[in-house]
Amino acid sequence: MLAKFVSAIGLVLTIVPAFLVFKGILTLEENHHLMLLGTIFWFLSASFWINKDN
Amino acid sequence: MKKSAYVQQLDAINEYEFSPVPPEKHKGWKSFLGMYAGEHTAGTEFVIGPLFVVHGVSAIDLITGLLVGNVLAVFSWAFLTAPVATKTRLTLYALLEKITGKGLVKVYDVVNGLMFCFLAGSMIAVSASAIGIPFKIAMPGLADWYPTGIGWVLIVFVVGAIITLIATLGYNQVSKFANITAPWMILIFIAAAVAVLPQLGIYSIQDFWHVAQTKIWTGIPLEGQSKFTFWHIMFFAWFCNMAMHIGMADITILRYAKKWQYGFASFGGMFLGHFIAWIASGILCAAALGNIVPGPIAYTSAGIAGIICVVLAGWTTANPTIYRAGLAFQAIFPKTKRWKVTIIVGIITTMAACFPALVMKLLDFVALYGLVLMPMGAVIIIDIYVLKKLNMASNYAQFKNIPISWQAAGAWVITLIFCLALNVYLGVDIFFLGLPGWFIAAGLYIILSKLIQSKNINYAH
Repeated sequence: MLAKFVSAIGLVLTIVPAFLVFKGILTLEENHHLMLLGTIFWFLSASFWINKDN
Repeated sequence: MKKSAYVQQLDAINEYEFSPVPPEKHKGWKSFLGMYAGEHTAGTEFVIGPLFVVHGVSAIDLITGLLVGNVLAVFSWAFLTAPVATKTRLTLYALLEKITGKGLVKVYDVVNGLMFCFLAGSMIAVSASAIGIPFKIAMPGLADWYPTGIGWVLIVFVVGAIITLIATLGYNQVSKFANITAPWMILIFIAAAVAVLPQLGIYSIQDFWHVAQTKIWTGIPLEGQSKFTFWHIMFFAWFCNMAMHIGMADITILRYAKKWQYGFASFGGMFLGHFIAWIASGILCAAALGNIVPGPIAYTSAGIAGIICVVLAGWTTANPTIYRAGLAFQAIFPKTKRWKVTIIVGIITTMAACFPALVMKLLDFVALYGLVLMPMGAVIIIDIYVLKKLNMASNYAQFKNIPISWQAAGAWVITLIFCLALNVYLGVDIFFLGLPGWFIAAGLYIILSKLIQSKNINYAH
């Protein structure tokens, strides 16, 4: 359950900041940092549940 | 000499290379959705989208061509490949042995295996284009066909070695790897494209279509590049995986499916990878002022996450492709363990990856690869569904215990000669040859079967 939550946070951090750049709220560089954070969250957590669900 | 535990583990992996997959090993639809989404949201998507831009397709031709072509590709998997896979439960090579004979299938295996090697090589090159960035290694450009330096070659060899090691572990490991990367990867594609929209002058959804027509897919090709139309895009989207659906290579994967309807799982791959990702990478190319090298355009738009995405995108496609190539060559050397063959395949693939031409001429190579293997797909369909209705024997080579089915060999070779003639003498673009080629191969196989079989046997049984 915790792993899935962390994965969801990872995906949100991957996609949402890009739309904030589009809206002029974030800079492209800030977006890069948040996307990397989202990527780390995703890969640290997804392997704990994805292949077990399938 | 005592074997290491790793080698014993590799030897114990049974991928049912020469026997039908037993029911307890059949997989659910999620496995195929993950596999297709991962495989078709891949490193090459970072190249294909920009190449459409370079070839001057217009925005409306791109969108409509991709929609129609991808639907046709999904239908090809669902109504042609998956029913054959779940009916026979055999690898492509095991099935071809029965239909075409061991001798011809060896020829087919060599051609198929080499094509897979080159395809996987292009994906290794894509991954390498991202890894080279932190080391400040010069990346190949649109005009580069040969290795551009020792740094490039070293990176390609490191990436190739790692991907080959994963592929030796078999389909399960490949599927697990694709399942993990797929959801995140498509979001990276989308996020990278959305984030660079303001650079192109798109500040609201209303701005998009105008900018798409005037700055991204302008309808004007770069100098020296041919002009693409709706028909190029539609046929490319349909036939870029022709070897896998109409050519039947994916029966090797779909033979694990519980039901033939799982062929529709290819929808995930087509509309995430071959629609959204191609559009996204086209946007990235325009934002990078026409640069088409995947690593740099992903880094510019998505930073380090973009580099990781390009590396993993290359892996998720190269892995199953090297796996398939390993199966192809194992059919030639059946006594050799699959993992050993896979390592040899990995070495060939890595050497091919050193040549940037595989990436820069990717559209032509992908079309050629599908076309060369397609006639055997037509032979399989006719053999399974049509011959018995015409009072002819299917699995003729097995039935007669002969090494070569000359009707299959004739259908394959004559079809390719015909397609080559259309291309050379009538100037028909390679993207358009697959459709007439399939019907020619099917017709030839029926006619040649009628001629050869009626001479030799009585089919009362």
